[in-house]
Amino acid sequence: MSEEKDLQAIFDKKIENEVKIEPKDWMPDAYRKNVLRQMAQHAHSEVVGMLPEGNWIARAPSMRRKVALLAKIQDEAGHGLYLYSAAETLGKDRDTLVRELLEGTAKYSSIFNYPALTWADIGAVGWLVDGAAIVNQIMLQKTSYGPYSRAMIRICKEESFHQRQGYEIMLTLCRGTDEQKAMAQDALNRFWWPSLMMFGPSDKDSPHSAQSMAWKVKRMGNDDLRQKFIDQTVKQADFLGLTIPDPELKWNEEKGQYDWGQIDWEEFFNVIKGNGPCNKERLAARQAAYDNGAWVREAATAYAKKKAERKDKEAA
Amino acid sequence: MEQKEALFNYLLRLGDNAAILGHKLSEWCGHGPELEEDIAVINTALDLLGHARSLYMYAGEVEGKGRTEDDLAFLRIEREYRNALICELPNGHYGDTIARQFLFDQFNYLLFSELVNSKDETVAAIAAKAIKEIRYHLRRSMEWTLRLGDGTEESHKKIQESFNDLWSYTGDLFVEDESDAVIVAAGIGPDLNTILPIWRENVKAVLAEATLEMPEDGWMHSGSKSGRHTEHMGHILSELQYMQRAYPGCEW
Amino acid sequence: MERKDWPLWEVFVRSKAGLSHKHAGSLHAPDAEMAISNARDVYTRRNEGVSIWVVESKHIHSTLETDTESMFDPNADKIYRHPTFYDIPDEVGHM
Ligand SMILES: [Fe+2]
Ligand SMILES: [Fe+2]
Repeated sequence: MSEEKDLQAIFDKKIENEVKIEPKDWMPDAYRKNVLRQMAQHAHSEVVGMLPEGNWIARAPSMRRKVALLAKIQDEAGHGLYLYSAAETLGKDRDTLVRELLEGTAKYSSIFNYPALTWADIGAVGWLVDGAAIVNQIMLQKTSYGPYSRAMIRICKEESFHQRQGYEIMLTLCRGTDEQKAMAQDALNRFWWPSLMMFGPSDKDSPHSAQSMAWKVKRMGNDDLRQKFIDQTVKQADFLGLTIPDPELKWNEEKGQYDWGQIDWEEFFNVIKGNGPCNKERLAARQAAYDNGAWVREAATAYAKKKAERKDKEAA
Repeated sequence: MEQKEALFNYLLRLGDNAAILGHKLSEWCGHGPELEEDIAVINTALDLLGHARSLYMYAGEVEGKGRTEDDLAFLRIEREYRNALICELPNGHYGDTIARQFLFDQFNYLLFSELVNSKDETVAAIAAKAIKEIRYHLRRSMEWTLRLGDGTEESHKKIQESFNDLWSYTGDLFVEDESDAVIVAAGIGPDLNTILPIWRENVKAVLAEATLEMPEDGWMHSGSKSGRHTEHMGHILSELQYMQRAYPGCEW
Repeated sequence: MERKDWPLWEVFVRSKAGLSHKHAGSLHAPDAEMAISNARDVYTRRNEGVSIWVVESKHIHSTLETDTESMFDPNADKIYRHPTFYDIPDEVGHM
């Protein structure tokens, strides 16, 4: 008992002094669960997030756009991989994590349940969805769990081209024909609010938020992050000559930030619950990849075993 | 046939092979058997699309009509695409994709090994850069052929069928026409007949190591060099060209 | 039950000739060849490396947090191992 108290004290001290918690260090069970849940959810989001954009690789309008989009989505696969690895340091292997996603016991970001309907959506996703993700991820570079923090540092380095890739698409559309510009505005209209929802419910309604902050797993609250994203995105929209679909959006001189309207939380919770436009398709696609890949993974395992046995025989 | 016209045809073939196969491979993005494989397959796709871009740009230059890489990639009709038939076949299951890739990589590797010494400096330069990547593609598709061939009973059966099914499309890779004759005579590219026996040897050796049977030679499909494709090609183009056709003349 | 998914590997990358290999991250692979190949595709896509080591994660042994005091603290006060412990007059010049 007293030993547990000592360990708790060491842990608390580390959190206080900004010393990272490493996989084999003692940590409270609740901390382990919290970090693991967050990393797994983040990993699933990266991987499911490949699907809406993947929908446009075959139809990318130029060779330059095609390779950029492909490289961008490839990075997201890498991000999923880094984050699963970080989660695995806490003792749950990737296969188990993936099963939890497929069984519906683990969540992923609600944004990826929205469809990518036009080429402009690829621009909007890179600009807004990656933009919002980056705001969150920059904060997470300083998370208290070592492997999560290191994964975030690597991811942020790679992310740097994603948002630019999306914004450049938007810029090209906005400098193009009326039809192209309308396509861009339509994409912004559809992706603006769901992007704001990416930061999660307001801190006062978010069950994990306060504890995550206390443990320094998260370094900023959902509301502050969301505000930061809005403040930096408005002038980017202005530069494009596009209108953010929020009539209440207005600069507040006193606060030094934008005032803005109301998120439709009913929509948010419905999408989380599985009622979004693409929830079923997204999970079905991941399930199919998992099922159709089983015999391939098994074959490679079997081959590795045979090869090792052959090697042993030779050595004997 | 003039050398310029032959070279243009030749570059289109090489470019179309890379573009269409890269396009097909990219369909695996988000759907592969494991995340590591998604990343690896996309790397190959990106390499191939890179080769296609260089080849199209040079083709446009040779043609001298001001056509860009995108004009060539997106704005030809089906009969004008010259990729080998095997490149446009469906991905099927992972074994089908691996078998298609291995048969093509082996061909591409031998071809580009020769193109490195092309008398056309630009072709030689493109090949010198591409061959490093193609060598890696071949290594990966070979490693996977071994794993699926000599893996489980199920995988063995599956990939054997893949090779059997694909075999009749391999002849098309080696068909030579008037353009080839001009290219060979000018020392720009190799005589495909000299590559064929080495290709056979290498394929045979890997299949044997993978405990697979070499498929029996029989009727071979052909037609790609005159732009006669499979039914799959039209569907590929309807996706590939969708934006360019729906919104003609736009910048993207 | 036998594990059907691929084991975890740790990847170490030498970023350029002359430097030592540094831990880059982890990945899954069925065997060493594929682990190297996957490491190349996952961890060196942006020219990050010239050489790769992989080792199956289960073969890595490490110190424990509970050992930290006895393992590492004792070396904190052995200041005679550092050059600044020794007084050399300035006139001698750089040493
Ligand atoms: Fe990402
Ligand atoms: Fe991203």
